[in-house]
Amino acid sequence: MIRQFTKGIFQRNPVFVLLLGLCPTLAVSTSVGNAIGMGAAATFVLVFSNLIVSLLRKLVPNKIRIPCYIVVIATFVTLVELVLEAYLPDLNASLGLFVPLIVVNCIILGRAEAFASRNAPLVSVVDGLGMGVGFTLALTVLGTIREISGSNTLLGLELIPNFSPAMIMILPPGAFLTIGLLLGLFALLRSRREKGGVSPAGEGS
Amino acid sequence: MIAELFIIFIGVVLVNNFVLARFLGLCPYIGVSRDLKSALGMGLAVVFVMTMASAVTWVIYYYLLAPTPHNVWFLLWGDGVDPSAFDFSYLRTIAFILVIAALVQLVEMVITKTSPALYRALGIYLPLITTNCAVLGVTVLNIDIFFKAGEPLAGSFIKCLVQGFGAGIGFTLALVLMASIRERLDLADIPPALKGAPIAFIIAALMSMAFLGFTGLI
Repeated sequence: MIRQFTKGIFQRNPVFVLLLGLCPTLAVSTSVGNAIGMGAAATFVLVFSNLIVSLLRKLVPNKIRIPCYIVVIATFVTLVELVLEAYLPDLNASLGLFVPLIVVNCIILGRAEAFASRNAPLVSVVDGLGMGVGFTLALTVLGTIREISGSNTLLGLELIPNFSPAMIMILPPGAFLTIGLLLGLFALLRSRREKGGVSPAGEGS
Repeated sequence: MIAELFIIFIGVVLVNNFVLARFLGLCPYIGVSRDLKSALGMGLAVVFVMTMASAVTWVIYYYLLAPTPHNVWFLLWGDGVDPSAFDFSYLRTIAFILVIAALVQLVEMVITKTSPALYRALGIYLPLITTNCAVLGVTVLNIDIFFKAGEPLAGSFIKCLVQGFGAGIGFTLALVLMASIRERLDLADIPPALKGAPIAFIIAALMSMAFLGFTGLI
């Protein structure tokens, strides 16, 4: 059970390993606050859609399963939308378009299709929670890097006085650059580890 | 009017390019951009779905969801009640995603019949247009921009169509550019750790920087 939880965070991290859910990841990670808000919203939807899909897995006919999953997911997204609008209007405004777009976040449909439709409710909830936390973590990492380098703040507090940050990092190019370099870094670490384990001489790749 | 439409089109293709400035539709952008032919096929499928979806969702929002006197539910059962009692705009996300799913199914059937080669090339990405956030994104944006409190602004139907079409063209442009660069990249000498997705993102960063240059255009 614990493995189901941690796999979503590390070995099968939805963003860094599976390359899913990239649009909200890049769009929302301009600051740590936005990143955590988005992560929490997506985790909520992920956990509950996994639960419902798993409960319905024997009732839903195979042919129309995808539309059914989408309706389940859209229901929870609408719930999130209404709650954000009512209680956190600032966060809602800065996430903007990407709140309704949680519906088409491929992580959520992907987990419904690949995991929840084949497993018992409890395990599915744990899987959803793990994937959600992994997603939030990835967003937070990107958000931290971009907020520090792009606006010289962390959670809205100024870091170095009288320092003009690299604006480009909070603009779209910065997002692409950050995730490209991070993915390269992870690939490098992975190949180092594999090399270290198999052939210590470390020849070729 | 023509000038206005032209500005919307240029804005959505170049200045606020859906992929490079708004981060919509990144999964197919990274996934299907390995060769030019399938990139073009995917792009055209998206243009079609986006334009159709813009038209259909405008009609659905105007007649079924918005709290206005044109609301069909209000016309049927709204005797002496305020139209705001028929505000179904919170169902927007669910209604739109279902419309898009149905449209994608239609495109899939047409392509399977007319061009099996294209169908094989697009592979799993065709059904994935449903979960392409650019398509849902453009329909939601249309409503956000061209409706005010449920009432459409002047010429909003045409503007929605142009924005949907333009967004598709912008997506295709970014996808085709990326595919042509990546075809050459196969021959380039890249550090092994950056092969594949990482270098694609770094190229996207450079392209996005180039597109930033269009900012002052409108």
